[in-house]
Formats: sequence, C-alpha cells, structure tokens
Amino acid sequence: MGRYVFKLPDVGEGTAEAEIVAWHVAVGDRVEEDQNLVDVMTDKATVEMTSPVSGIVVSLNGNPGDMAPVGAPLVELDVEGAGNVKANGHAKASAPAQTSTPPLPQKTGRGENAEIPLSPTGGEGKRDAIAARAGEGAVKPALQAKAPSTPAIATRAAGTKPLASPSVRARAEELGIKLQFVPGTGSAGRISHADLDAYVTSGGATSNARSGGYAARDGVEEIKVIGLRRKIAEKMQEAKRRIPHFAYVEEIDMTELEALRAHLNATKQAGQPKLTLLPFLMRGLVKILPHYPQINARFDDEAGIVHRHAAVHIGIATQTANGLIVPVVRHAEARDIWDSALEVARVAAAARDNKATKDELSGSTITITSLGALGGVVTTPVINHPEVAIIGPNAIVERPVVRGGQIVVRKMMNLSSSFDHRVVDGYDAAEFIQKLKGLLEHPATLFME
Amino acid sequence: MSERINTRVLVIGGGPGGYVAAIRAGQLGLDTTLVESDTLGGTCLIRGCIPSKAMIHVAGEFETMAKAASAGLNGITLASAPTLDMTKTVAWKEGIVGKLTGGVATLLKRAKVRVVQGWAEFSDAKTCTVVTKDGKSQTIAAEHVILANGSLPVALPHLPFGGAVISSTEALSLDTLPKRLVVVGAGYIGLELGIAFRKMGSDVTVVEALDHILPLYDAQLVEPVHKWLTKHGVTLHLGAKAKSLVEKKKDVALAVETKDGAVLEIPADKILVTVGRKPNTEGWGLENMAVDMAGRFVKVDDQCRTSMKNVWAIGDLVGEPMLAHKASAQGEMVAEIIAGHKRRFNPAAIAAVCFTEPEIVSAGLLPGEAPKNDVIVAQFPFAANGRALSMDAQEGFVRVLARADDHRILGIQAVGAHVSELSAEFAHALEMGATLEDIAGTIHVHPTLSEAFHESALKALGHAIHI
Repeated sequence: MGRYVFKLPDVGEGTAEAEIVAWHVAVGDRVEEDQNLVDVMTDKATVEMTSPVSGIVVSLNGNPGDMAPVGAPLVELDVEGAGNVKANGHAKASAPAQTSTPPLPQKTGRGENAEIPLSPTGGEGKRDAIAARAGEGAVKPALQAKAPSTPAIATRAAGTKPLASPSVRARAEELGIKLQFVPGTGSAGRISHADLDAYVTSGGATSNARSGGYAARDGVEEIKVIGLRRKIAEKMQEAKRRIPHFAYVEEIDMTELEALRAHLNATKQAGQPKLTLLPFLMRGLVKILPHYPQINARFDDEAGIVHRHAAVHIGIATQTANGLIVPVVRHAEARDIWDSALEVARVAAAARDNKATKDELSGSTITITSLGALGGVVTTPVINHPEVAIIGPNAIVERPVVRGGQIVVRKMMNLSSSFDHRVVDGYDAAEFIQKLKGLLEHPATLFME
Repeated sequence: MSERINTRVLVIGGGPGGYVAAIRAGQLGLDTTLVESDTLGGTCLIRGCIPSKAMIHVAGEFETMAKAASAGLNGITLASAPTLDMTKTVAWKEGIVGKLTGGVATLLKRAKVRVVQGWAEFSDAKTCTVVTKDGKSQTIAAEHVILANGSLPVALPHLPFGGAVISSTEALSLDTLPKRLVVVGAGYIGLELGIAFRKMGSDVTVVEALDHILPLYDAQLVEPVHKWLTKHGVTLHLGAKAKSLVEKKKDVALAVETKDGAVLEIPADKILVTVGRKPNTEGWGLENMAVDMAGRFVKVDDQCRTSMKNVWAIGDLVGEPMLAHKASAQGEMVAEIIAGHKRRFNPAAIAAVCFTEPEIVSAGLLPGEAPKNDVIVAQFPFAANGRALSMDAQEGFVRVLARADDHRILGIQAVGAHVSELSAEFAHALEMGATLEDIAGTIHVHPTLSEAFHESALKALGHAIHI
C-alpha cells in the first residue's frame, strides 16, 4: 500500500488559486480512477477534479469556501502500489478526522438548550423537578432537554390530529375552541391545559398570530456565501461601490415590432429559432452603438482609461440554478437576427448547464438584463463592471394610449437602463435610448442602412 | 284507554348504551324513562360479554385440571379426570348475570329513572307505545329520544337458527356439552366460544369463508391463536363455505364446500353460527321516525344526533365498532349534551379485546393501516418477560406503532395470556397522547406483563434492555 497525494493542478489561464466549492468524497470512501473528488472554482468556471488513481480517501484538506493555491495537497489516498509519496511523508495523514467532513450549516435552534440540567440545586431543584414532572411547563428548558429534536411549538401540518388528553379536549369543546388551532408545547406538540389557557388568554389570535394551524418559527440558518454566490456578491458590491449609476426609463410602443416578430415566427423555416424580443433589441444596439462609442465601452478606472470597443459583445444576464451568470454573445454586429437568436440560446444553455467556457463568460462590452417575462414596471439594473451601460427591457403589456386624438390599445413596454455617470453623460444616454426607441417603434429601420 | 307518560328523555334499550345514558341523564336531573322488553343489561350482560367470559373462565379451569389429571402440570397431578356438570356451570353464570342486571336496576332507580318493561313501537319520532307483559299499553311522548336498540346475531339464509343450529345466545345456555361442535365464522365470537368448548372437551371444527381467522387483525397478531387451535386439535376449514344442514337418522351434519371445491359433511351435535351481528332496526317503528340511515346503520354525527331533531342514537345501532364500551361512552355523552354540556365523540382510540386463547388486544392503528415509511413498529415477546414465564404463558408479544418524526404513539397491540388487562394502559396512552419517550419514562412494575409494553417502547427507541 502506498500513499497518493492529489494536489490542486494548474487549472489554466494563469490561475494561482481556486476556491473549493464542494467535496464529493469523504474520509474512508473508496474512490475509483476518474471519480469526481471535488469541485473547485476559478475566476470564471467551476471545474470538476477527478481522481487520477483508485484508492481509499485518508484525508481531505480544506472546507468549501476555502481558497487553495495551485499545488496544494487536496486529497490523500491510500492506493495499491507505491503511490507518489512515502507513507509517512505527510503528518496530516495521522489525523484525518480533523478535516474530514465539511461543517454542516449551523442551525441555531432550541436544540442548544439540551444541556440545561433538570435540577439546579437543593430544594428548589426538587420543586422544579416535580413541576416538570407535572408537565405544566414550569421548567421549560428541562422539558425540552428531554427531547431536543422536538420543536417547542410544533408546526401542525394540515390533517394532523392535535395531540391532547381527554380532559383538555373536553375543556376545549366546552370553550368552543378547535384544538387544531391551539399551539402545543408538549413533546410531539401535545397541548396541555396551560397551552389552552394561553390560547384563551391571548384571545385566540395571539400577538404573534399563532392561529389557523400556523406556528411561529424560530432559529436562523447560516448559509456560507461561497462559490458562485460569493463571486456574484463581490461583483455586485464592486459595481455599486465604484460606479455612480444613473437610471433612465422610457416607454416604447412595441405593437409593430410584436406584429413583425409574430409574423417571422409564424413563417420561419425549419431550423430557424423562435424569435424573442432579445435579438431585435440586440439588432437595435448594434445599429446605434457606433454613434455612441462611449456607451459600448469598458472603463479601467484604476488606469483611468476607457476602452471603446469596435466590436459589440453583448452580455446576456442569465438565471441558472446556482445564481446569476452573464454569458456573452460575441460580435453581435456581425450576426443577423436569426444568428443572434441562436447564439443567445446557445450561450444561455451553456451557462445553465455549467459548460460555458471562459471566452463565453467574459469580454462583454454592454449587457442586457431582461426580467420582462416576470412582469415588472421598472428596474434599476446594476452595471456589469467594468462595462458602462446595461439595458433592461420590462414586460410588454397592452395599454390604452392616445394616438391622433384617439385612445387606442397598444403593446407598450418600458425600457429601463443604467449608465456609468463618470463616462456617460445623461444627455447622451437619453439620446441613445431615444434613438433605440425610434428603431424599435419602426422595426423596418432596424434592417435598413 | 292507555296510560300516557310525558318525559324529558326517553331511552330505548337497557343495554350498556341505554342504561348508561339513562343513569347519566338521571344524575343530571333530567326526567328520564327507559324502555326494555327483556332483562336490564342488554346483550352484553345477558347473552354476550359477561356470560361468555364466565364460560371461558370455567373452560380454562377445567382444561387446567384435565391437564393435571392426564399428564401432570408443573407438579400438580389429579387422581382422576375432572367432570363438568354443564347445568351447574350455566347456573353459576346466571348467578353472575343476575347480580349485574340487578345492580343495573338499582342504579337506575337511584338515578330516578322510570323503567318501563315492554316492547316500544314508535308512531312518530317522539312518541311510542309500549305494550307490557300484562297486555296493558302505555303511550310515551318525549322531548328527547335516545335509541339504543343494539344488535342481533346474523343468521345465514340457508342455515336458519333453530334446532341444532344455534347462535351465541343459545351456546351460552346449553344444558349439556355438545360432543361435536361446528362453528361457522372465525371472528372473535366464534373463536372465543369455540375455544372454550374445546377446552371443556368438545370436538370443535371451525368453518370460515375467508382465508384467515380473526380477519380484523394482521397475521402476526393472530398467529398464537392459530397455533393454539392447531395444537389442540381444532379442525380449521379456511376459505370454506357452509352450504346446508344435512338431517341424518340420529343426528345432523353440516355440508361444507372446502377451498378446493370438495364437499364435506361434518357431523355435529350443535352448529354455532357466528357470522356477525346486525343493527336491530326492525320491528319497532324506526321507519316512522324519519331518520336517515347510513347503510344498515342509523346515521349519526359526532354528537350521536340523527337527522331528526332531538332524536339520538348510540351503540351497535349506529355502526362499528359494535362494542359495549363504545355504546356506554356515547350514552354518557348524549345525556350530557341533552343536559346542556358541550360534548363531542372524538376518542383517540377504542380498544378491542378478543378473549381467545391467548387473548388479543388492539388499540389504535395496526401496522398495515399506517404509511410504512412514516412509522416505527417494535414488538417485545413475552418469552422475555418474567411474569409471563412464571404464569406458564410465554406465547405472544406486545407491539407498538409510533410516528417516526415525533414518536407519538399511534397503535398498540398485544397477544398473550391475560393481555386484556393491558388494554387500559394502551387506551390511556393513546388518549393522553403519549410518545414513545413517555412510555419509556414510566416505571412499570416488575414482575408484570406490562413490562413488555415498556420494553416495546424502548425497543422502538432502539434500546430495549431485555432483548
């Protein structure tokens, strides 16, 4: 038997360190070659680390959320044959339990009372113990100590019979109270006379609205902000701290564009994607942005240089199971409407499946964030730093508007946007959005030179 | 010209439902009248629970002595085999019944209940005419009517009662022991009596249409009873149909179609038919009262109200379980509701007992009645209980069923000698809403059978001591 140490390899692109996201093995597990050991995350991507050998896990180094430098030992394995280190090469191997399992999210709940002793001291203690035995709740913590797993106020699921002795049930009947609505403090949520008294005293609807089978809940769950969530948090904080945002919202009549979109979708050829609003919006952006180069830009504020890009790389804010990711449609200016639609679908799917490459996740020069499908009147989107602008279309709704002195029904949409006021003036931004509005309201112009 | 009685509460039937309702109504100061055509006490006292238990007791004593005489029993030997004088046994039993029914009469009197002897027939929901034994008729008009008419043994259409074909009623008053007894129906009544007669020396054959005995319970629970029957030479025909009575020159036989289709003729001195009981809904004017039915039972809500205002119904008349203690609880409740109390019939459990050999008790849910993944089931054998061994009764177990999430106890069963007396703790645990920890935390007396309940709770929690 030999000892094999699996070290964090160079995951490429000059990465010096990676964050441990999730362990897939535990100490004592037998792993086969190519089995997934751990997920690590670099600046841009989450990478699965697979085992180069078969063996038994002796120790794991680091917890989810920890940063590991390239070359750091991650996993030690007992393997057949020689391994890659001498058996006693690592002192850590003798204390595997130390880092064996990632700590569970701490629940701060009533279970912590479990250590409170039943009888504090002397005669007082005896009285308390008797009171506790009588079940009247004089020594609540002690009662809970008996069954720490049971919450003090049981949440009674619909259809669950309330638990109460015959005398409590009889009293409730006399009082005209349905026990289903009375919180019970006993084990398994049993309702005592004291609980019934408390319910009566509080007038049924207690101050914290303990009624209708609803129960107050206590306890706080601590969630470590790690992995993608940490990235998102850092990015958002960076953007809001550095960039003085200003928001601008305009109302756009989408009736004609919607008619065109419906027509194109109805007559599209096999193999062509279904068109959403996005490709039209992208088309609009690539038409106007050449006239507003300060908006299609990345601002390196530390160097004090704005990089105005000729290419239009459009970030598409995408919700994934893990959180927000912004895949990029590169060179939108060189794509027609169908190609744009295809590319949006492709990169979004790649992001959702966690398969997007670094290239597909970086380099955007402007971003679109659409919550339109969920409804919403206005958004104040956060700029995807170091970009300087972000466009957020809102929901399209039919609204009465005045056209030529008549009230007519039109498909109206608000277009929200945010700009980096350091490098984009309000006047320019407003003009930019007005031009975009003009294109979208007269969709033919989207396709005219 | 008939006499007319106006009463606040009229109770029909003097069984454990009716007499309890009447006593409680009397206690509460309500003007109460009870009508009963037979002796007070009803099926339970006169021809059910009590007399059958007396016979079962005698049968048990006789069997013990017979064992001692034939092979010796734990050091006891008898010089000659015991003999049984059935008439004396029945007389002793009648003595007990007399004491109890006399007691009921005294209690009713003390509660100032007017008792009318006779058969009541309703002309409308609140008025009945009672024809007494001496031919007089009385009309009773009531503000509230409590129907507690009870139930009757079900006869098989092709095997009507009469002659050799008897119901449990006659079986409890035989003057001689039938040499060969055929029991049709392996429910609890048939098996209780069949086993008693077997112990007294009858050759007993049991014919049951279903594939198992005591169909209300699971196979595990009835296994010890099945074992006893087999060991003691009771012939079981399961999945078999009783076809007809065959009259022979000297005696009779029962034609039975067995499971595989063969037809047997089983010679018998008596054929005991115990295929169930039906609510007593005919012959007393129920049809004139305009109350709704629920199948063959009178329909009631959870306060035992019928569809007719101020007409109440309790006990066997209103549905399963047909048990005396359920009827009494309902009777007491109805009297209190009439007196203005707020009550509702919502027991957590109504325990039931089979006085078979060994006895079976069940309270609450059986394992098959609860979603398997949400419950813990644990049982503790009497073979590991000191008291059971010291009574030469190691057969059986106590079993507990509890919710897996909060450990509240949902059901408790036991099979074994004398376990009927454990029913009280089982029902009490369920009514009080006990959890496994509550039972585990209760010190149970040593040496008693109840320790097996304690141990079953410990076992469910994963730390039984004696197993």
